[in-house]
Amino acid sequence: MSMVRTDALSHDYLIYEDEESDQGTPVRALSEVTIDIREGEFVSILGHNGSGKSTLAKHLNALLLPTEGTVWIEGMDTKDDDKLWDIRQRAGMIFQNPDNQIIASVVEEDVAFGPENMGVPTQEIWDRVNSALERTGMTAYREHSPNRLSGGQKQRVAIAGVLAMQPKCIIMDEPTAMLDPVGRKEVLAAVHQLNRELGITVILITHYMEEVIDSDRLFVMNKGRVVMSGTPKELFARVEEFEELGLAVPQITMLGYELKKAGLDLPDAILTREEMTEALCRLR
Amino acid sequence: MSITLENVGFVYGAGSVYEKTALKDVNLTIEDGEFVGIIGHTGSGKSTLIQLFNALMQPTTGKVYYQGKDIWGPGYNRRELRFHVGLVFQYPEHQLFETDVMSDVCFGPKNQGLSKEECEHQASLALSAVGIGEDYYKKSPFELSGGEKRRVCIAGVLAMNPDVLIMDEPTAGLDPAGRDEILDLISRMHKNRGITVVLVSHSMEDVARYVERLIVMNDGEKAYDGTPREVFRNYEELEKIGLSAPQVTYLMHDLKAKGFDVDEDASTVEEAKTSILKVFGMTDSSGES
Amino acid sequence: MFRDITIGQYYPTNSIIHRLDPRVKFLGMLAFVVSIFVVSNYGYIVCAAWLFTIIALTRIPLNIMFKGLKMILFILVITVVLNLFMTDGTIIWQWKVFKITREGLTMAFLMAMRLIMLVLGISQMSLTTTPNQLTAAMESLFKPLSRLHVPVHSIAMMMSIALRFIPILSEETEKIRKAQMARGADFEGKGIMNRIRAMIPLLVPLFITAFRRATDLAMAMEARCYHGGEGRTQMKPLKYVNRDYIALALLVLYLAVIILLKVLLHW
Repeated sequence: MSMVRTDALSHDYLIYEDEESDQGTPVRALSEVTIDIREGEFVSILGHNGSGKSTLAKHLNALLLPTEGTVWIEGMDTKDDDKLWDIRQRAGMIFQNPDNQIIASVVEEDVAFGPENMGVPTQEIWDRVNSALERTGMTAYREHSPNRLSGGQKQRVAIAGVLAMQPKCIIMDEPTAMLDPVGRKEVLAAVHQLNRELGITVILITHYMEEVIDSDRLFVMNKGRVVMSGTPKELFARVEEFEELGLAVPQITMLGYELKKAGLDLPDAILTREEMTEALCRLR
Repeated sequence: MSITLENVGFVYGAGSVYEKTALKDVNLTIEDGEFVGIIGHTGSGKSTLIQLFNALMQPTTGKVYYQGKDIWGPGYNRRELRFHVGLVFQYPEHQLFETDVMSDVCFGPKNQGLSKEECEHQASLALSAVGIGEDYYKKSPFELSGGEKRRVCIAGVLAMNPDVLIMDEPTAGLDPAGRDEILDLISRMHKNRGITVVLVSHSMEDVARYVERLIVMNDGEKAYDGTPREVFRNYEELEKIGLSAPQVTYLMHDLKAKGFDVDEDASTVEEAKTSILKVFGMTDSSGES
Repeated sequence: MFRDITIGQYYPTNSIIHRLDPRVKFLGMLAFVVSIFVVSNYGYIVCAAWLFTIIALTRIPLNIMFKGLKMILFILVITVVLNLFMTDGTIIWQWKVFKITREGLTMAFLMAMRLIMLVLGISQMSLTTTPNQLTAAMESLFKPLSRLHVPVHSIAMMMSIALRFIPILSEETEKIRKAQMARGADFEGKGIMNRIRAMIPLLVPLFITAFRRATDLAMAMEARCYHGGEGRTQMKPLKYVNRDYIALALLVLYLAVIILLKVLLHW
């Protein structure tokens, strides 16, 4: 079943350069994006800064509405006012800056923020908070102040906060951009686990290529359009195209590509070092 | 003997409940003209370390010398020191404040007491060094892209003509193209100007490609200090302290274990490629250096 | 610098005071503040006894408790000095124009006691109550005002957000200050005008990042279905239990004693 679907989605931002007039100049941030993400999929969206990927993310939670085209979350049109809170509950959102999305001064109270807004009864809020903290491994920190947590832990609190709303889908807008490598691993492990164990659809927006290797599917964006889509294997075989788009492939993939170019008979798109070792052994 | 740290220790909030030792007994010398990388996970003491270099922080114990002089000695002009030891922090948002790019870059030279013409001269040199053209001079720094902001910030420090340039994670949050752009720029400045560069980074891949010397900080102490190849040789220990060697280093070790006679210390794609090709009796024919 | 502010910094020990309903603690704080302004002389002993009993019950280390006093040290010294030298009465010590009177001595002592107890009284509430509980308490206590179209929920929400971001913004200020000092900014310049001008490189980035945070936060709140106070439930709804009724009774008793002593004995 389709979890997230967009049909010819376009979005214009208005830029007010002329201080005299109130008339803004429209700038196209998304143009005719048509994607279909199935329930339970782990999808990553790649693209350089300004490629439109964050704008797309905001459409999937009805934080932005289409200038043209349509977005459906579980069949609900984001333009339908009556469905707004259903959509936001079902498609949770994690943002880049961990500090700017934690509202409460105590971890567990922050996790409760979503359910509180949804009008969930008190006892059930506790159940949801307990299980969300458990799932993200943050139970030990439930009474801590977010200010004393590491970046990775703060993002896990944010994930727990979304989880407590019992979403079907989590959209993550560069959740690891401000984290160190340890925090990055923490956050990725947490979402992969949610995807695997709870079947939650994950849409991960990032520009760290290493993070997308385990995705079911990738979309690459450029200038507001989806320019490539496929499995990581399919896409990482197209090294030159990636480079033209200002993106890089993972280091191992790059090495495989270089070796192949130099004449070694290697398969396309080697993603992990295990694959590489195996391929080289076969050549011996 | 550019910057020397002698038995330096640093304690945050000494005497309070939140007392935390950030550095303990660090001994370190950064020579003129070096290109040094500093790596460590969050809380390892690396940020504190670089702020000791330009006297933004005062060591709790030990001494810091610049060109042989104790920077916390009596009568030492620490404001002057900051013109020689330039430090660019991680977030451009913390530095940019003027209405246009030109004025912002002029802030440093102006504080040095240069005339308006001299300031603008220095600023335009610095801006051209980071690849920001004249058409940007009158733009608001807040309209720029992430990578451009970063470059304007670097120019803001370069305009003071420092002998040492310290950068705290200059590539954080940038996409791969922006990352390469900044790192190439830094490396070019190091080569062309002979400026001493200290680069703080999370990314092993970046550091391996550019720096000549790598210092690994862990738990307030200097854990390793050597060439990237030497340091990455300890990849198993690095893992234990929350860091990791570049992916290719792991690969080379895996290959070695499988009986390939490869160079285990290779830490860049280039080095790995050359070494693997050699094993297969091939030479690099692509002609790249 | 804001890190030393005790007010607003919750210190968990899970004592009986911590577990009291925040409304009781808020009312208790108000009652205590009123009491120290009601009493004049020996009454302070009663106030102090009450205060220190509560402090003991909180099980919070004294050094944490007294940390809040540091920030009023300056005001404290000024108050003491002014009262000491400016009060007329029986002179007990004099040197040139400076004189200390018996009345001045008493006055200085009493004013100091008042200030110290005021700060301690507020600190012990804020140290045992999370900002969120406190906001919930105020929201609940002031709820009747929403009938007069006072946006009680919005004000409470603003307060809790402000409390959460104070430490973040103070840390940010420090980072900006250092970034500008690295470019030779001089924040200790001479003359008022120079000092004000020196603040611009600090304030502009601070405001811009704060606005950025505000936008981000608003979006994050919306994404988590926030739409004002309507239809909102609570994870920790306030409910008085037995210990709260006992505490309230004790509070009434305390106020009664203070007033009686004042009226009967002029304490």
